[in-house]
Amino acid sequence: MLNLVVCLKQVPMVTELPWDAKTGTLRRDLAAGMMNPACKHALEAALQIKEKFSAHITVITMGPPAAEEVLREALALGADRAILICDKLLAGADTYATSLVLTAAIKKECPKFDLILCGAYTADSETAQVGPQLAEELDLPAAAYVEKLEIHGRTLRVRRMVDNFRETLEMEFPALVTVSMENYRPRYTELMGLENAFGGDGVIVLGAAALGINASLFKNKGSRTKVRKVFLRKTQKENVILQGTASAVVTEFLNKYQRKISTAIGKSIEGKLNDEE
Amino acid sequence: MMKSKKKSIWVFGDYRNYYQNRVTLQLLSKAVDLAQTIKAEVCALVFGHEIDEWIMEYTAHGADRILAIDDPALKSYSTEKYLAIIENLAKERDPEIILIGATDFGREFAPRLAKRLKTGLSADCVGLDITDDGLLLQIAPSFGGNMLAEIVTELHRPQMVTVRPGTFKEIPHNYTRKALVERLPLMKKLPKSRVRLIEYERSVEKEHTIENASVIVCGGRGMGNRDKFKKLHDLARLLGGDVGATRPVVYSGWADHGALVGQAGKHIKPKILFSFGISGAIQHTAGLGEADFIIAINKNPQATMMKMADVAIIADASDVLKTLIKELKKRIRE
Repeated sequence: MLNLVVCLKQVPMVTELPWDAKTGTLRRDLAAGMMNPACKHALEAALQIKEKFSAHITVITMGPPAAEEVLREALALGADRAILICDKLLAGADTYATSLVLTAAIKKECPKFDLILCGAYTADSETAQVGPQLAEELDLPAAAYVEKLEIHGRTLRVRRMVDNFRETLEMEFPALVTVSMENYRPRYTELMGLENAFGGDGVIVLGAAALGINASLFKNKGSRTKVRKVFLRKTQKENVILQGTASAVVTEFLNKYQRKISTAIGKSIEGKLNDEE
Repeated sequence: MMKSKKKSIWVFGDYRNYYQNRVTLQLLSKAVDLAQTIKAEVCALVFGHEIDEWIMEYTAHGADRILAIDDPALKSYSTEKYLAIIENLAKERDPEIILIGATDFGREFAPRLAKRLKTGLSADCVGLDITDDGLLLQIAPSFGGNMLAEIVTELHRPQMVTVRPGTFKEIPHNYTRKALVERLPLMKKLPKSRVRLIEYERSVEKEHTIENASVIVCGGRGMGNRDKFKKLHDLARLLGGDVGATRPVVYSGWADHGALVGQAGKHIKPKILFSFGISGAIQHTAGLGEADFIIAINKNPQATMMKMADVAIIADASDVLKTLIKELKKRIRE
């Protein structure tokens, strides 16, 4: 039986946020959570493996108590076991620290894993670092941005696209992949399944101490980076409004912005006016 | 042997394709800048087989020193081999800063290297500077680029970042420049790669990904129907860009899931974004935080997308699309 671990992250759901249409910014601090989209694809890949082979899926997340929701959702979709790492002392961990904590949890709770699946990136910070850093911490062969997984015995074959190269890679279990959003379109949660998953207890909650992490020490020494400031990106909008027949607005638009478009596409669209004159 | 005490800024030589090579040159240019402020040397790393071309190019673009390993064993890119090599070199030479291009390769490689060197890393930076206290100021986007974070690595060295291609301008080459080229032997205990490259080919199907496209043509349900939506591809092709889609469009089967832009899909950062027939539901606009210049076309001037736009064109999206394609075909000169 294959032993799969899927790492999930709860990210803020933008629909629940006050949104300023003018500046295109949102209030993260008031966020409701959802399962990160790429993590959903990773879970889908695991579920498809489970459908084909005999497999057991453990889902793990680290976050506030509310992060339990994404674990419940994963259980409803077909995961077998769920672990929530939750400890105030771990709040604000960077990717370096997060991968340390996940490693401790995996070593404790699923030491005999064959394959770890993560989303290729998260919708909030988009660092795409936890997967590769987890591979490093657990000393595993790994591949990021995986679009397709095939398993032959103990060999994992993956396909991916990196920097315009289409690659096929092979490695032996145990291994780690991060799954891209190109393939493995997530299935919908059946309402019944979701209700059942929320009914049971099924989620194991672990604090730092249970993982053998000295959290007070960890807080200062765990993270390597420090955020000094976060600010909204402000851009100056042009606020131009064009109205009229299709041919009138297109001509007006192209005449006004021909240089800007030429620069962006690397081809000239300038000079039409002179040709006509 | 006495080691030089001078601080060093390393730039990882990523050269596998044109686009990767350009970002390396852009990083060299920024490294020259930073090096002046902290009085450091700029050092380029080049690993591979038959790499003289890159040694010459990095010298011409600002490197003071090149650490080169030229060996048939490094013929193809290998995360595991490069990790072992740089770990070894960094422990011996103690660089102050390591800059890596945020290519797909770099973004997979850099987190592992940072972990191995037990240091911090900021991903996909869009700006770099030196703080008053002499640290590398790492400006990284957050949440679809709607926010920026200023990050520092206070206590650990090297300070590491990946930097998004196109963030900095390369300095013009100067082939009379000289650099100290250290040709190093391949380390003796190079680990065997556990990841085997079975095959690879340069993809012909797509020149770039939608995340990196500089022009994107997005369409929503306001396009009317599937056939009219498909015309967006004609415009994208003319502009050398990509097509993006909203969620309703993807679920109607007008576009692939890979084209989905927004909260549940891709975050994009084009220089120019055309938005055809999109009302601007938050699920979609959450992915647009880094679009430089937005042109929205919609019959409804009250649509959120029209208010977010730099240029709002009040007209039927499909009509404007057809006319724009026709007009551009006349104007574009290769």
